[in-house]
Amino acid sequence: MGWFLVHFQRRIGRFGRVGAVVAAATLAAIPLAVPAQAQQGKVLRVALTTGIDHLNPFTAVLAASTQVGRFAYEFLTVPDAAKAEASPALAESWTPSPDKLTWTFKIRSGVKWSDGQPVTAKDAAFTFNRMLTDENARTANGNYVANFETVTAPDDTTLVIKTKAVQVNMNLLDVPIVPQHIWEGIKDLKDAKTDDLSVVGVSDGPYKITEYKQNEYVKLAANKDYWRGAPKVDELQLLQFKDTEAAVNALKQGEVDVINRLNPNQFAALQGQQGITTNAAPGRRYDELSINFGVTDNANNPIGDGNPVLKDINVRKAITQAVDTQALVDKVLKGLGQVGGGVVPPVYAEYHWDPSDTEKVKFDLAAANATLDQAGYKKGPDGVRTAPGGAKLELRLTGHANRSYDQGVAQYVSGWLKDIGITVKQDLVSDDELSDRTAVGKYDLAIGGYGTNPDPDYALSLHTCAARPSPDGKGGSTDTFFCDPQYDDLYKKQLTETDDAKRAGYVKQAQARLYSQFPTIVLDYQNALEAYRSDKFSGFTTQPQPKGAILEQTGYWGVYGATPAGTEAAADSGSGNTVLWIVIGAVVVVVLVGGGIAFSRRGKSAEDRE
Amino acid sequence: MTMPDQAAVLIDPDEHRSGTGTARFVLQKVLEAIISVVLVVVLFFFLFRMLPGDPVAAMTRDRVTSPQQIAELREKMGVDKPVFVQFGQYFWNLLHGDLGESRLLNNGRPVADMIGERLWPTILLVGSATVLAVIIGLWLGIRAAWRRDSFFDRAQTGIALTLWSVPQFWLGLMLLVVTDGLFPSRGMHSPDAAPDVLSQTIDVLHHLVLPCVTLLAVFYAQYMLIMRSSLLGEMNADYLTTARAKGLRDDLVRRRHAVPNALLPTTTLVFMQFGAVVAGAVTVEAVFSWPGLGQLTYDALHGPDLPVLQGVFTVLASAVVLMNLLAELLYRVLDPRVRTS
Repeated sequence: MGWFLVHFQRRIGRFGRVGAVVAAATLAAIPLAVPAQAQQGKVLRVALTTGIDHLNPFTAVLAASTQVGRFAYEFLTVPDAAKAEASPALAESWTPSPDKLTWTFKIRSGVKWSDGQPVTAKDAAFTFNRMLTDENARTANGNYVANFETVTAPDDTTLVIKTKAVQVNMNLLDVPIVPQHIWEGIKDLKDAKTDDLSVVGVSDGPYKITEYKQNEYVKLAANKDYWRGAPKVDELQLLQFKDTEAAVNALKQGEVDVINRLNPNQFAALQGQQGITTNAAPGRRYDELSINFGVTDNANNPIGDGNPVLKDINVRKAITQAVDTQALVDKVLKGLGQVGGGVVPPVYAEYHWDPSDTEKVKFDLAAANATLDQAGYKKGPDGVRTAPGGAKLELRLTGHANRSYDQGVAQYVSGWLKDIGITVKQDLVSDDELSDRTAVGKYDLAIGGYGTNPDPDYALSLHTCAARPSPDGKGGSTDTFFCDPQYDDLYKKQLTETDDAKRAGYVKQAQARLYSQFPTIVLDYQNALEAYRSDKFSGFTTQPQPKGAILEQTGYWGVYGATPAGTEAAADSGSGNTVLWIVIGAVVVVVLVGGGIAFSRRGKSAEDRE
Repeated sequence: MTMPDQAAVLIDPDEHRSGTGTARFVLQKVLEAIISVVLVVVLFFFLFRMLPGDPVAAMTRDRVTSPQQIAELREKMGVDKPVFVQFGQYFWNLLHGDLGESRLLNNGRPVADMIGERLWPTILLVGSATVLAVIIGLWLGIRAAWRRDSFFDRAQTGIALTLWSVPQFWLGLMLLVVTDGLFPSRGMHSPDAAPDVLSQTIDVLHHLVLPCVTLLAVFYAQYMLIMRSSLLGEMNADYLTTARAKGLRDDLVRRRHAVPNALLPTTTLVFMQFGAVVAGAVTVEAVFSWPGLGQLTYDALHGPDLPVLQGVFTVLASAVVLMNLLAELLYRVLDPRVRTS
């Protein structure tokens, strides 16, 4: 039996000697390897906490991927830094025809692709026409061209787009323009090759993609010929983090320079840290508490299993009176957000609507109780109210089980509703379960929310009759199931109104109508929480100004404006320590291997003696 | 699934009666393994079909899609067909190494490719952590058992039990904070590393340190505890008394007589653990953004991207079955009682 162990030990001995040689070689190699590693230009490192699906701008859907697209490609127009309003980019100017159906864009001349070819109107026409003819090309931004009739480029500086119906977002088409000479040869846009540098490496934005290691990082180099002027940072590295805690730690240690999507606790922990500046920017999302008022599909058949008492607008009003949105902002968001009003967040000031003093349903538990008393819901001896029919006021509250925000809101709301005689059963579930339930109306109260765009159309469209699902439960995009002729009328008016001020008026009226019917309570607008190394970089341009976001914006301004704080400060201070630790690590390896050799010697001598 | 307990392997009645040769034994075990894998594939297929959620609805969430596009998608994905037809198609494709296409993460990418590119980082991470854990765990386990109830024994057992029960992600985060930026906190490659092979290798090793140490800290405990308890089980055996009576030195008795016997259950454990260990790497890969299978699983779960999940689980389950098969075959090699009976 002993043969095995002896054999085992001989093996260890052999491995030990090989290991020692390897360790020695590693030690010797370190001085050679380190200078190469330590080279740091003016590199701005951004922590990405969401994934990248594609670099191909036609198929890239995830937020981080579209952000890469913004850095690499120029658009016809971009939302400006000051107010997120349409401003010239590839197009110097644009004019609609009197009937608003034909738009003529004047394309900037002298702009070059990174391989030296000129950027012309033909590239833009190619991009849009490809989207019109190829389903795969519509993956990411298809909604912008759904209404296009024709796109032509009569000459190198003129682009003409004809639409089937009036389309209000024509001055802000969020579509990266790609070089025709690279992309016209590509037949299949789903091909993995479309993520290769030979394809996505040719671009005309402030930065140019130079290296892509899937699931790890994207490297971009400054475009020295960028028509707005070269960025002040030589290289941009977007480093992927799966875990925001690890990313926060990396920021503290100077491994990354900018981070976003922090939660309130992480944000608070970074506040006041030396060399770090935090930025709480108004966000583009709204959070809401949907109330199942007796929801229907798009054929007006009732669906779901909502509690029928919620069909009574008085009950919905009482619930709204009993929810203290200010307390939710203070306690759950730790003050890092704004109290809710309409579905367009205040970051889009032009379209944002807040209820006036007379319209506003104020937090008032006594008033909520009075509302229910008057509507005939009597409180029983156990403090729970009963409907006139005899049913108890018991509601289910659902939300995301994995979000601390939802947990906090559920706790507070349950407490307040208990105070007005409504029992709440909390039922927080997985994201998928939640979206399955809310898609078919299987809830009483549901915590949800939406991200919105600079154009208010999307946020408003979610609450139209047409956004409800078909009788087989498909095709719905609504979360409120709201269906109201008056609202739909206002929605249609804003959609075709090209006078900005008038359109804003309709947008606000639509939000007021939604608010007055209580299908949902807009609870708050969470801030976009970001932080950056102010000891290394300054000049991040926020959008909108003065208090907007650096990374969470529809533009490239934040990163484009970044300026190194000083060449010395930007150098990597960690590399010296790194060398030290590699050396220590190698020594430990040598000691371990040495131990192994000693161990094997002892085995050998024992064998000799036996 | 195929893993009989140790007693069954040692005194398998069939082995005694038939007394057949190694070839038949190997054939039988391989056959069992194949059946297990097929069962796993069947089970996973129907299990995943039972999950709530319409895959097409999941794919088109938050996107503008026409009913016609949805119908096309349903047809393309085959979800409009009866479930047994779907299964036939799936199994046929699987035999050809086709695990289907991703539906969410990298829409349309072959799952086999996605798993393929994630396999090597996980094998590197889990492999190195396992090898180190086995070496350290066995060594400490032997020492602890031989000096039972000493301070060394009690301290080692205490530390091992503590580390074993610590959540991996927490341990990982603590290591990140404590090492204070000495090791990279994310990924497997630094964008700044020079392109030559040596710099790249050092760069990967540098990135490997923290996730590997985290896994190691959690893994070694079970090897140590199993080795300790099985060696304790051997310690009062008669053959050791005989060996001592022959006048052999104490450490010789330990290394030449007791340890080889006690190694048997540990060997099985090492192989059995391998599959479970890959699954256990999920949280560590997430903390350190290590681009491996664990992270792919994590992402796929978030979707959820069912073809990817199904593919990953099929691969993992097959790995477990294969490792069990190897353990059983190796057992026969290691333990003469099994071989000669």
